[in-house]
Amino acid sequence: MDIHEYQAKKILSDFGVKIPTGGIVYSPENAENKAREIGGSKWVVKAQVHSGARGKAGGIIICNSPLEVADATDKLLGKKLITNQTGPEGKIINRIYIEEATDIKHELYLGLVFDRSSESIMVVASTEGGMSVEEISKEKPETIIRSKIEVAVGIQQFQAREIAFGLGIESKLISRAANTIIGCYKAFSELDATMVEVNPLVVSQQDEILALDCKMSFDNNAMFRREEIAELRDKTQENSNEVYASDRGMNYVSLDGNIGNIINGAGLAMASMDMIKLAGGEPANFLDVGGGATPEKIVKAFKLISMDTKVKVILVNIFAGINRCDWVAEGIVQALSKIEIKHPLVIRLAGTNVEKGNEILKKSNINYIEASTLEDAANKAVKALG
Amino acid sequence: MSIIIHKNTKILVQGFTGKIGSFHAEEMIKYGSNLVGGVTPGKGGMTHLNLPVFNTVKEAVDQTGASTSILFVPPAFAADSAMEAADAGIKTCVAITDGIPSHDMVKIKRYMRRYPKDKKMGLVGPNCAGIISPGKSMLGIMPGHIYKEGKIGIVSRSGTLGYEAAQQLKDLEIGVSTSVGIGGDPINGSSFRDIIEKFENDDETIAVLMIGEIGGPQEVEAGQFAKENMSKPVIAYIAGLTAPKGRVMGHAGAIVSAYGESAIEKVELLKECGVTISKNPSVMGETVKKVLVENNLN
Repeated sequence: MDIHEYQAKKILSDFGVKIPTGGIVYSPENAENKAREIGGSKWVVKAQVHSGARGKAGGIIICNSPLEVADATDKLLGKKLITNQTGPEGKIINRIYIEEATDIKHELYLGLVFDRSSESIMVVASTEGGMSVEEISKEKPETIIRSKIEVAVGIQQFQAREIAFGLGIESKLISRAANTIIGCYKAFSELDATMVEVNPLVVSQQDEILALDCKMSFDNNAMFRREEIAELRDKTQENSNEVYASDRGMNYVSLDGNIGNIINGAGLAMASMDMIKLAGGEPANFLDVGGGATPEKIVKAFKLISMDTKVKVILVNIFAGINRCDWVAEGIVQALSKIEIKHPLVIRLAGTNVEKGNEILKKSNINYIEASTLEDAANKAVKALG
Repeated sequence: MSIIIHKNTKILVQGFTGKIGSFHAEEMIKYGSNLVGGVTPGKGGMTHLNLPVFNTVKEAVDQTGASTSILFVPPAFAADSAMEAADAGIKTCVAITDGIPSHDMVKIKRYMRRYPKDKKMGLVGPNCAGIISPGKSMLGIMPGHIYKEGKIGIVSRSGTLGYEAAQQLKDLEIGVSTSVGIGGDPINGSSFRDIIEKFENDDETIAVLMIGEIGGPQEVEAGQFAKENMSKPVIAYIAGLTAPKGRVMGHAGAIVSAYGESAIEKVELLKECGVTISKNPSVMGETVKKVLVENNLN
């Protein structure tokens, strides 16, 4: 789960990391007042969308008066911001963050992730802040500092100091920088984060160490004990079909193709997508209805796929284990009596009681194309596109 | 021999009396697995499915001599249960539970490090289908009848894709020594490398089918291990050629975030390690058969 910049910065500030003074607004009038309240002579107006690279996309505007702040807010609010991370449909701007401008001396990069090889928390830092970490590792890999943190004891002062010295921070600011790094680590480890990225982390002309931008992602599996984080979810930033699916316990990812998929198991779903591609088609989605694939889940899955206007053919691929094909087939028949499907439908059942399952489908009055193997299913789905 | 579980392996069910635990315990008993009891704190002394229920894993191990456990405990309590098993002297724990937080998985793995190698528990999963040694014992949630007894070792992150492979092999009359689901989470108990090493050391297994997917370094690490240490052929399929970068594909661990983590990159790196690639998921069985013929193993 992702959260907004302003929410991430609030969290960092709770863990002792300094951030520029700022506030969230929902209207131009609000924005002008907020700018006056913050004070100073220069402000930054920042579109709050779940994406990086907002600056290049015009989502961050520097202003020299409260009136300019109001104008910039007016310009951004309600628009869709299209960045190189949002896809062509962009993301809606419903919230604006107004912040005092910072006189920057140095821009640094600081990121924390799980390192899957060592199963520890990895701190990644670089002197090349402002660039994406992918760009840094391509163009300035020599500037990257990595530090593995043993999770059982957490980050130590010396580790944070080593990183700070490695970033070339002046001696008098080292303890301030080390505390910033420790604050970020604590936010990561205490809130079930999976990613914390401060980019840039800056040293200001006034010798302050400030988190100027921050992205955070959290472990969906930990939301049962992180109500305060779960509350920060902004569904307007997510694909509406993906929200529908995740609210109903299904794993769904919207893709660009036109063959809709209903599959049980994440691995089988990925494999089926691969087969569609090999057969010359493009999947419209990834959908794992879960290993169980109960009739109720199948009904919801058909509803979800029928909401996607890109879909021209539907492919159902179920490998029934414990749950039996005859039961799954009944689920499909039940679903199709409730939802009208206008597109060609290809069904492949496999596993326990496959003959019984296919018999139930044949005896019903549903119009479908039967497939026997994964390959057969993909070929028939692509052929059905016409 | 098979790996990890055999005909007489004594099995405990953690989260025994719940709906899911009960259902799968019955399936395992029907298959012929040697279940000796279960653990549900607060329900000790009861009898469930004609087996004793214990309050603690320690008590259960003391009284039944169980060496192995299967965990159906809900995500919020799963880490605690896995650590309890490790402390009670369980040798292998299979965690079926889906949805354990990553921070908890790291904690479990650190906790297990406190035991010397010969006393350290092996954890398989979480978010996996479990283990089956066909004809001997089933320690999981798979449909047992699709597995034919034989000599191919299967190790898979995905449950259903592992079933798909077993079915394809059975259709070609090829059997399985043991099939292990290591699960779809980013941090898991046993890696591909851990399992293929066991297959290499198993007399009965003649070749290994590894079913991977996008995300994480484990497939390539296993490939490097195979190149340096294995005499038996390894066949692999990697799912997710069409998966977009940076998106989680169902399994929490299935996300491409670094070089070598996409399906195409993994396929290339595995080929360099001498692993035979099944180019698509519908020819996993055929590819195994071809490799067996080429190596005079059929």
